[in-house]
Amino acid sequence: MQSQPEALGAWGVAIALAGGAVRGSIPYMFVSLGECLTEKSGKINLGMEGVLLMGAMTAFAISDITGSPWLGVAAAAAVGLLLGAMHAWLTQQSSVNDVAAGIAMILFGSGLAFFFGKRFVAPMAPQLPLINLGSWSGSPAIQSALRISPLFFAGAGLAFCLHVLFTRTSWGLKIRAVGDDPQAARALGIPVNTVRFLAITLGASLAAVGGAHLTLYFPGIWSEGISGGQGLMAVALVIFARWSPRRCLAAALLFGGAQALGPSLQSLGVNGYYYLFNASPYLLTLVLMIATCSPNRSLAGMPGALGKK
Amino acid sequence: MILSRREWIACLAAPLAAKSVSRPLTFGFIYNGPKNDLGYNQSHAEGRASLAQLRWLKTVEEASVPETVAAEESMRDMIFQDGATAVFATSFGHFDPFTIDVARENPSVQFFHCGGLYDETRHPKNIGIYFGFIDEVEYLSGMLAGLATRSGRLGFVAAKPIPQVLRNINSFTLGARSVNPRVTTTVVFTGDWVLPVREAEASSSLVDQGIDVLTGHTGSPRVIVQIAERRGVSACGYQFNQFSMAPRGFLTGAEWAWGTVYAKYAAMIRSDKSVINGGIPRRVTGTLKDEFCKLSPYGPSVTETARARVAAAKVRILDGSLEIYRGPIKDNEGNTVIAAGKTLKIEDVELDKMNWMVEGVEGRAHS
Repeated sequence: MQSQPEALGAWGVAIALAGGAVRGSIPYMFVSLGECLTEKSGKINLGMEGVLLMGAMTAFAISDITGSPWLGVAAAAAVGLLLGAMHAWLTQQSSVNDVAAGIAMILFGSGLAFFFGKRFVAPMAPQLPLINLGSWSGSPAIQSALRISPLFFAGAGLAFCLHVLFTRTSWGLKIRAVGDDPQAARALGIPVNTVRFLAITLGASLAAVGGAHLTLYFPGIWSEGISGGQGLMAVALVIFARWSPRRCLAAALLFGGAQALGPSLQSLGVNGYYYLFNASPYLLTLVLMIATCSPNRSLAGMPGALGKK
Repeated sequence: MILSRREWIACLAAPLAAKSVSRPLTFGFIYNGPKNDLGYNQSHAEGRASLAQLRWLKTVEEASVPETVAAEESMRDMIFQDGATAVFATSFGHFDPFTIDVARENPSVQFFHCGGLYDETRHPKNIGIYFGFIDEVEYLSGMLAGLATRSGRLGFVAAKPIPQVLRNINSFTLGARSVNPRVTTTVVFTGDWVLPVREAEASSSLVDQGIDVLTGHTGSPRVIVQIAERRGVSACGYQFNQFSMAPRGFLTGAEWAWGTVYAKYAAMIRSDKSVINGGIPRRVTGTLKDEFCKLSPYGPSVTETARARVAAAKVRILDGSLEIYRGPIKDNEGNTVIAAGKTLKIEDVELDKMNWMVEGVEGRAHS
């Protein structure tokens, strides 16, 4: 074999996992933060998968048409607001179940995205500019891993902002009150339905921005298979993050890294069990659900009125 | 898809008027995915589109037809509402049991399925199978990869370790090693045909390991080609021309030319031949020579010498003097899989059972 100055060997796996954690975590991060906000107010939005797809398609289309990826992100956020408003309106009707409405929203959002997305399957759209933190390194692999999407910093910052919002501000207290005991909140004069409406619409808007990451950076195309169920996994992720925005951030990083495990091990020449390694994000979901859920106790941190009227 | 439904409604309004006029031939096409995926589905959709010049032929199509009973409904709609007399089902999973069932219900309509295993004893007579053998084009594409690589390492992102994918990995590697015997190909399996995020991760990991030419076999390798471009390495496409995804690093690619196949069927059906009475062969297959597949136009970085070498190899393939599965060929575990002095033709059924990876491939066919 000739010398390969660029090959990284086992370090490649570490770099791939770190890089994968950063670039792969972004959709999980935005969807789970949006869902966290929604669920803190006592509502569930399972339709995040549909919102993610609509966000992804809209961002790609608008970026393609206007030439500005940031307009694409803004348009995705706006579409998320609309879909969120729809879900909020639906679930505040009497005898509409959150989960059933959420499943309907998955079908609606994905169907709509596939319908409008037909035109945009082939072309490339202008991609989001990246923040280059790796110029100090001579290794292209490290440079590539450290070329980070601004959405990553936005999402990470948001996790801390939401944490402060929930724990330190009166608005956060209102959201939590509505989520824990709507009757008591109503007695205090908090407009329960308005708070929930805002939480759901803003939450969905965040999820749609997560979708924009898929089409405007990684992998950077529009395809009907783009989400691969990430919207649903991110909803599960909120449960084992026990409704804490900061834990959502950590969990999203873990999932992003797990996603990169299978491909990076194979590229190093570890060829066995690749189906198992490729399934690692899903296995991780299962393991964490089993570890964190028990029929004998309710989950610490769970909003008291979650999914109830 | 939606437009053709509108057309059906329009057709319903004037059924009697149309009756007296001699109807043009109508062919129906169903694809498993979107018809602009820059991949397998688009290769079929372009093939259909090339029939538009035939005035006597009308075609209807439906994209994103799942490999479920929904495929049967699409085929029935084409037969009953559009009057299709031949239906082309392009995805492997459309065959059993969906195409078979609809074929049994409509014995006068002909069905043509891309790939699939026809069984004379169990399947209706009005089904024909068509397929192309693209190994030789992969070989030529591999030659360019072998000439372009500086690290001597190629990367191949593949969906599943099935014979058809293994054939492409092996012929690509054989081509690359024919110009540079030290070249190796590292394979990453993703597990399914359309997994854009995982394909992107796999491509990125391969580049991290020092691989400087990427290719793949998925529903549409455009993500792989795009990541290669972004990371500044070269790429070879597959299924369809992916040059637009990598204007700098694109070398070439192996792409399908289904238009040839569909034109062939159209001509046969127009002269009242049918697969039912044996006028049309049960299996219609072809290779590079039959123009069932072709090499994508070269990218800007391909040198004149490289072009000349590939052109020379192509001539030798076409005249039969270069056969790519010529023994001795060893697999990557050291076993001789094709003995010295033995040559397997591209159409040889033995190759459809391929479960090995040729020497020089880093990867395993079995998990």
